[in-house]
Amino acid sequence: MSTAVFKSEQRPGFSFAQYLTCLNGIVWREGLRFLHQRERFVSALVRPLVWLFIFAAGFRQVLGISIIPPYDTYILYEVYIAPGLMAMIQLFNGMQSSLSMVYDREMGNMRTLLVSPLPRWYLLSCKLLAGTAVSLLQVYAFLLIAYFWEIAPPPIGYLTVLPALVLSGLMLGSLGMLISSGIRQLENFAGVMNFVIFPMFFASSALYPLWRVKEGSPMLYYVCEFNPFSHAVELIRFALYGQMNWVSLAVVGGCTTVFMIGAVLAYDPSRGLIRRGPGGGET
Amino acid sequence: MTAIDAPTVRKTSPNRNIPPELPALSIERVSHSYGPRRALSDVSFAVAPASFTALLGLNGAGKSTLFSLVTRLFGVQTGRISIFGHDINRVPSEALRLMGVVFQPRTLDLDLSLTQNLQYHAALHGIARREALKRAAEVLARIDLAERAGSKVRDLSGGQMRRLEIARALLHRPRLLLLDEPTVGLDVKARADILKHVRRLVTEQGIGVLWATHLFDEILPSDDLVVLHQGRVLAHGEVSRIIDETAAQDVGAAFARLTEAATRSGSPSP
Repeated sequence: MSTAVFKSEQRPGFSFAQYLTCLNGIVWREGLRFLHQRERFVSALVRPLVWLFIFAAGFRQVLGISIIPPYDTYILYEVYIAPGLMAMIQLFNGMQSSLSMVYDREMGNMRTLLVSPLPRWYLLSCKLLAGTAVSLLQVYAFLLIAYFWEIAPPPIGYLTVLPALVLSGLMLGSLGMLISSGIRQLENFAGVMNFVIFPMFFASSALYPLWRVKEGSPMLYYVCEFNPFSHAVELIRFALYGQMNWVSLAVVGGCTTVFMIGAVLAYDPSRGLIRRGPGGGET
Repeated sequence: MTAIDAPTVRKTSPNRNIPPELPALSIERVSHSYGPRRALSDVSFAVAPASFTALLGLNGAGKSTLFSLVTRLFGVQTGRISIFGHDINRVPSEALRLMGVVFQPRTLDLDLSLTQNLQYHAALHGIARREALKRAAEVLARIDLAERAGSKVRDLSGGQMRRLEIARALLHRPRLLLLDEPTVGLDVKARADILKHVRRLVTEQGIGVLWATHLFDEILPSDDLVVLHQGRVLAHGEVSRIIDETAAQDVGAAFARLTEAATRSGSPSP
């Protein structure tokens, strides 16, 4: 067997600038695609606003919220659920990117990404960062509208919540990516809605404080406590008021790492779940 | 290289850096299964630099599986695939860098402009913005789409989209170009244009081309041919030689004879 190899024009490996170019390109493309899909932006905004304007208004009298950290005064129910809705935006966005990855894989766009010579873990991380960047746009647009609905955290909160949103966006995005590697067909996304999005959202501290859940059902309380989404919500809630919830930070950080490693392994061609068959009716 | 590759490596590369015996693509004893279903069995062949190799097979023959393996979408289960000597499993970056791919389904962003699509691809290869724009303008001029650079891809015809995909695959200046049934769904003229364009890349730029197809009229007697049937290679070598060996009139008849013989015996012909 000959050991000769042909060297390309470039040096082997990639420079830091090339890694950056790649990240830039992936985020830029995701941004452009998002801008072109106005319906997606509108529906991403309408969903939490429906909860805020209708659901929260209806439940305002039913649910009394006592003073719990990070709040230092009695708050309206709308104020309580705002961080939960911010996390919901990111949850949907993460799952929607996973949907688009399934779609991309069926249609082939994903292949353009995966045949890039840069390391695959890096490509997937860039994709994840791009999805998170898009979710930040959505969340801040929501915060802007919510401001006129008397949900006004301290001004510094808009800044301190940013790192929390980045981390929770990465966690929910990597979870979506992990799930996308296991879905073979687009139609299965309904299953994701039923088995991932709804349970994660409802069994969390997004809509009701956990001490109230404990009164009603201790069992559900523990489920909520172990739900990483609860911790994403709490991380955002505390950060929005300039405070830090260390437990939530640890849980969200840990889950991000685990989901991310899982997604990279799942998309690794030699081990991954995607090797089970060709897509798009090809042979 | 091994004797397996010998018949197909016959042309000298115009690029002096490439040792003439080094195939652009070498596939050695590759098998692949989806669970219990075997999609490829012991497939071996090579694509020489500056050659046009047609991979001929019916739907379901295993062409797309082979493409997925070469492009590292799936891992190689058994056997070895290398691009200019770079093993796709061991040094994927170097291998992928030398390869341009046009997949069977369209993989363009329809709502982005031609230039934006090319820019995205360039970024995935770490090509900086200024250089990317320069190369994009060059390749668009070459495929006569320079004046459409800013329009949305959605507004292009099927043939133009394919030409754009080929241009995109060449943006990072690969030495091997893989095309998976690139003319599917195109009209006669667009098909002929694309074929001519790709053949010119072989003669003018010395690019090694692997062209998967199930259409006999896309193959010339001077091409290299790999006949893939039910996951096995039934024949490989120059088209005219295969036609002679099977005592057939043309590629179509040769293909029919080879596949009939394979079906009768339940195993590939020697």
